[in-house]
Amino acid sequence: MTMLGEFGFRLKTQTMASASTPTYNSNNLENNSSKNASRESLRMEPLADVPQLPGEERITDKDIIYICPFNGAVKGKVSITNYRLFFKSFEVDPAMTLDVPLGVISRIEKMGGASSRGENSYGLDITCKDMRNLRFALKQEGHSRRDIFELLFRYAFPLSHSLQLFAFLSQEKFSENGWNVYSAILEYRRQGLPNNKWRITFVNEQYELCDTYPTVLMVPFKATDEDLRKVSAFRSRNRIPVVSWIHPVNQAVIMRCSQPLVGMSGKRNKDDERYLDTIREANGQTAKLTIYDARPNVNAVANKATGGGYEGEDAYQNAELVFLDIHNIHVMRESLKKLKDIVYPQVEETHWLSSLESTHWLEHIKLVLAGAIQVADKLSSGNSVVVHCSDGWDRTAQLTSLSMLMLDSYYRTMTGFQVLVQKEWISFGHKFSSRIGHGDKNHADADRSPIFVQFIDCVWQMTKQFPTAFEFNELFLMTILDNLYSCRFGTFLYNCESVRDNMEVKEKTVSLWSMINSENGKYINPFYTKESSRVLYPVASMRHLELWVSYYIRWNPRIRQQQQNPVEQRYMEMLALRDQYLKKLEELQISDSPRIANNSNSPASPTQLVHHVQTPL
Amino acid sequence: MLSLGSGGGKSTKPSFVSYVTPEDMKIKEKEEGLRSKHPYLLPGEVVFCSANHVLKYTQEDVSQRGVYGTLLCTNFKIAFISDESASQETAPPFRNKLLSENDIPLTCVDNIYGVSDEKKKLIIGGQVKSKYPSKLIIQCKDLRVFHFSLTYAKEEEAKKIFQGIVHHSLEPKSLKCVFAFSYCETASPSQASRKSSLTLMFETKEDWSVELGRTKGNCKVSSANEDYVISEKLPQFFVVPFAVSDDDILRFLGKGIPFWCWSHHSGCALFKMACLPTIQEDGISQKYMHRMLDAVTQDQLCPVKIEDLSSCLPALQDLQLSYNKFKQLFLIDSTTEFWVSDMKWFSSLENSGWLEIIRQCLMKAVEIVDYLESAHTSVLIVEEHCSDLCCVLSSLVQIMLDPYYRTRSGFQSLIQKEWVAGGHSFLDRCNHLYQKEKEVPAPVFLLFLECVWQLLQQHAPAFQFSETYLTVLSDSINIPLFSTFLFNSQHHRDTAIKPGHPEAQRSPLNFPSVWDWSLQFDCKAQSLFTNPLYVEKPIQDKALRKTSHQKHQRQLSLPNTLSKPSPRKGFFKEETDNLKKIFLGKRISKWLNPTESSKELYESWQRKPLDYQGLLLPYLDGPSVRVWMQRYLRWVPEAQIFGGGSITTVNRVLELASEIQDLQKEVERRSCRMNSSTAWTQVYSGPPLSARLSSFPFTATHAWSFKPAIPSSIRQSLGSVSSLADKEDDDCQGSGVL
Repeated sequence: MTMLGEFGFRLKTQTMASASTPTYNSNNLENNSSKNASRESLRMEPLADVPQLPGEERITDKDIIYICPFNGAVKGKVSITNYRLFFKSFEVDPAMTLDVPLGVISRIEKMGGASSRGENSYGLDITCKDMRNLRFALKQEGHSRRDIFELLFRYAFPLSHSLQLFAFLSQEKFSENGWNVYSAILEYRRQGLPNNKWRITFVNEQYELCDTYPTVLMVPFKATDEDLRKVSAFRSRNRIPVVSWIHPVNQAVIMRCSQPLVGMSGKRNKDDERYLDTIREANGQTAKLTIYDARPNVNAVANKATGGGYEGEDAYQNAELVFLDIHNIHVMRESLKKLKDIVYPQVEETHWLSSLESTHWLEHIKLVLAGAIQVADKLSSGNSVVVHCSDGWDRTAQLTSLSMLMLDSYYRTMTGFQVLVQKEWISFGHKFSSRIGHGDKNHADADRSPIFVQFIDCVWQMTKQFPTAFEFNELFLMTILDNLYSCRFGTFLYNCESVRDNMEVKEKTVSLWSMINSENGKYINPFYTKESSRVLYPVASMRHLELWVSYYIRWNPRIRQQQQNPVEQRYMEMLALRDQYLKKLEELQISDSPRIANNSNSPASPTQLVHHVQTPL
Repeated sequence: MLSLGSGGGKSTKPSFVSYVTPEDMKIKEKEEGLRSKHPYLLPGEVVFCSANHVLKYTQEDVSQRGVYGTLLCTNFKIAFISDESASQETAPPFRNKLLSENDIPLTCVDNIYGVSDEKKKLIIGGQVKSKYPSKLIIQCKDLRVFHFSLTYAKEEEAKKIFQGIVHHSLEPKSLKCVFAFSYCETASPSQASRKSSLTLMFETKEDWSVELGRTKGNCKVSSANEDYVISEKLPQFFVVPFAVSDDDILRFLGKGIPFWCWSHHSGCALFKMACLPTIQEDGISQKYMHRMLDAVTQDQLCPVKIEDLSSCLPALQDLQLSYNKFKQLFLIDSTTEFWVSDMKWFSSLENSGWLEIIRQCLMKAVEIVDYLESAHTSVLIVEEHCSDLCCVLSSLVQIMLDPYYRTRSGFQSLIQKEWVAGGHSFLDRCNHLYQKEKEVPAPVFLLFLECVWQLLQQHAPAFQFSETYLTVLSDSINIPLFSTFLFNSQHHRDTAIKPGHPEAQRSPLNFPSVWDWSLQFDCKAQSLFTNPLYVEKPIQDKALRKTSHQKHQRQLSLPNTLSKPSPRKGFFKEETDNLKKIFLGKRISKWLNPTESSKELYESWQRKPLDYQGLLLPYLDGPSVRVWMQRYLRWVPEAQIFGGGSITTVNRVLELASEIQDLQKEVERRSCRMNSSTAWTQVYSGPPLSARLSSFPFTATHAWSFKPAIPSSIRQSLGSVSSLADKEDDDCQGSGVL
């Protein structure tokens, strides 16, 4: 029953099992090491079908009632490990399971008191980061919830209790090593860098220039390390403009940075001004360097009060400044909260569309995409651009990575996308730890925000508009998001590279890409057609943007039923049919004339088939 | 290139940029002699008036680009013929043989706006004076929007063409003026291609018998109305329960008669009925109704449920109102308008109420399906004339229950049965004749297509026809040529096509049917009507077709164990009382929540793997009911995804299908079994994937200058989110640089 979603619960009936045969579209996170797990767990008392990862340890079991918002109260047993909360109903037909990594938990509350009246009014209320809430009821006698509450609280928020995140305890082994996916130098080399205009600098090798940047930076050839130091003094948190991507033909570049420290008095910095002009001159055809400030104009102005600001016209005469009106992390957080209100547990019925509109979630998606389109368009026409917001690690990362996804088909491949995330998000210091709050109990922390979720949503919107342009499928994106919270892998832990180095993340944890790349067949989009030099411009209009139902509303069993994509399913059937014919043909060839047999290909395996289809017929 | 002012004189608006100026044109004309541009005319088509030097333009952002040409008005269409030599590029891949890109059938004109002095004014037929506006905006029923400028045309010609267009497209006319009549008098009678097609027309007794036999219906074909002796609204032949006598039919001229639509394998069936006239002596009508219900229940063997549509679905006026609001969202004049309306897109959609109406119809259909499928109860749909929403519901129910209607010929037969023979007033509802005081116009048939589209997009492999087929069908309603959509009933048609004078010695006019697709599209274009995802019936059934085996397929849709003792066995006094009240004009609205009532049906259906040849239910929650993008967004340039859209995957499926066919053929060749004839459907090969727009095959592919659409005026949209917007991202904890 590996088919069952690890994070999901599911009514397991005989018919369901047969209904779920297509493996490529179920929203599960599967570990191929569960077989090993069961071997290890022999030491403990045998626990039938509780999945266990290598390194996972059982903490406690308890009989409990799960208050399912869709099917009512279900009696069963909950098991807590140092990785997950697993619930299994006593009822076997249909059996219900619930498999929640503790990392997903945002908040645990006690509901009801010892004297509360009413059935199932005493128990626990668990808020999750992945758009669901879980309620458990316990017997009121003898403070029965005290133990479980304390254990759960402790293991769900290990960092608040001086415990280690599970990623450091995991013993999982995979055939691929995901930490090798990205190397900054190799990625720059792929882009044709360094060249006579751009050079690699190791000025940040010990994180002495900027503690939230990676060690390897690509900067104008003309700028000395001393120049860089001077510029860094004028950029918020020393995040100087560096190259993210260079256009292979027109040599225009996407630079990323943080806001200039202009302040109320309108300070200027000659080094910064000269530096930006060097960037402008580099490709020889940029008349005006376009600076995309991701923020709304008013916010950029307001930032002056805290020492920040934006590039003024007087100071930067060869630049034009464009505000992209993308709101800050707090607005995004509240927007997603509103979205949760209308989709969980019940999907808003009567006023679905206006409710959806009032969350503004898709409107934010539209703004982010629209910004990235402008960046990509500017670059395609040969103009270099600089992108920043306030600190250059939230909106900036969204804009650079999305525009790179539009411009460079490499990032639309399985490996390329991993490189993109490693590079623009992880290495350039998107504050995953603060935004997600891994292992931290402060659920109301104002630093938390679904910026990365929003980015993945934008990517999903693009895959919807260009269903043949991406090598990966929806499951790949969902797997990334699920492991954004799970703390099973080291990939998304901590705020920046300097901390990761300190914590020896690469040495002590497994990368998410190790798991994905060890079994990447299930993350492949069968429709993928390689088109190398094509720029994708999605339409950032509400007419085309849609809610990612299969992610945001996946806990609703009724909605989930609908999410099997019939087109994809049919296509896979047809691929299988073609496979049959190929095989048959080959058999015939062998029987017809034995001498051809050497030439003919061996029966194509499913992955080979996928590649085969890419060649135009 | 030359900039020209836009007529008004004081205009500050950006001016047109045209490829050719009138001056250039004159030179050109002289050079080319009197090579006048002849429009492509159909048989029987005559030009009423025309004007040269008309500028057709599109409004992109701030600049307006245009082409000069001749604007004509014929008895069939409004046509614009560009002065530029016929498109250098290849002809549009998906071309309608009757119409070119810039042709608007007169019956396809929805609204015309005149622009004078930058003021946009709706033109109303019959109120046109000698003044004419400098610009014309023609909005079409197929959602195209044309902009013409008359500024550079000769005054006399401009006046004439304006008045001609308004007169012929916006003013009341008689049926005989509809183009089909001129066409059929001139055109050689179309080859009897309808005979060869598998579509049942339901004009003969035989067709009804075939249908009755196919579904194993326990009813009889009645000829009581042969030669329309009883009713002009009813077809000559129809099916009624055995117990209904010719006298019964005569009694209220066909009203109050349960007409058979379709039989379920369990023996229960779907019926429809027109309300009895309200002024009836109570006793008589009550007794009569009792008899009719007894007839339906076969003397109470099979229970019956009565569905009065007037109490649970919107009125026709609401339909029209809602659709008018809805379509307005897609009739976009300019890029600016597109992005402004984008901000309130979802709430505008919701406010139109159109999607909600679609949802309600589908919900009601599910309820009826539930009665037939789970409770094995016959259903009698009642509506005033049983020819509007009744047709929508009965057709939807049959599509959900019977896979035959999801094939192309089955679907066409269904429309013939429920809509054409069923007496839907196509002419009045489409308001082709502009006769205002008469019946209510309402997009009832379009509503049906919308509902089918919802099912199609949710369960694509269940349908043999494609989205493009549905879109083209919806367009065909507005081409005044097909008998299918031109009349209010079969009687209406039969009288209309009779020769005017009996002594004329002429056979009746042979109107083409819309199902004669070769009239509009060549084979290659028609291949786009086939859904490559369609999962065909298991092959063994093919050999046994036309026999009763089809029935067995249908009955597997739900486990038979569900035939629990129905609480609705027999028909109850309550039902008749209810019915009585309905017929007395006191309508009881018993608003069940359909989602609740059919919950069990959904659950048992969802528990099984989806069988595309079995029961099909629509998903009705908010996110599932969508806008029919292909139909509504195909002409909107801002909404085109360059090289994207769901068409790209469909295309991949097509390619794979053709590859499989090649392989299949090769395997057969090699195994020397050349005798088996595989259907050799032509696979459409158009421009490369990357050069296509998401609206393929509709938008013209030529001269598409691609620029990414960048939303404008988004700044205001999120104006006052909350105080959070002003907060800084990271509450500054005194970082080093500050």
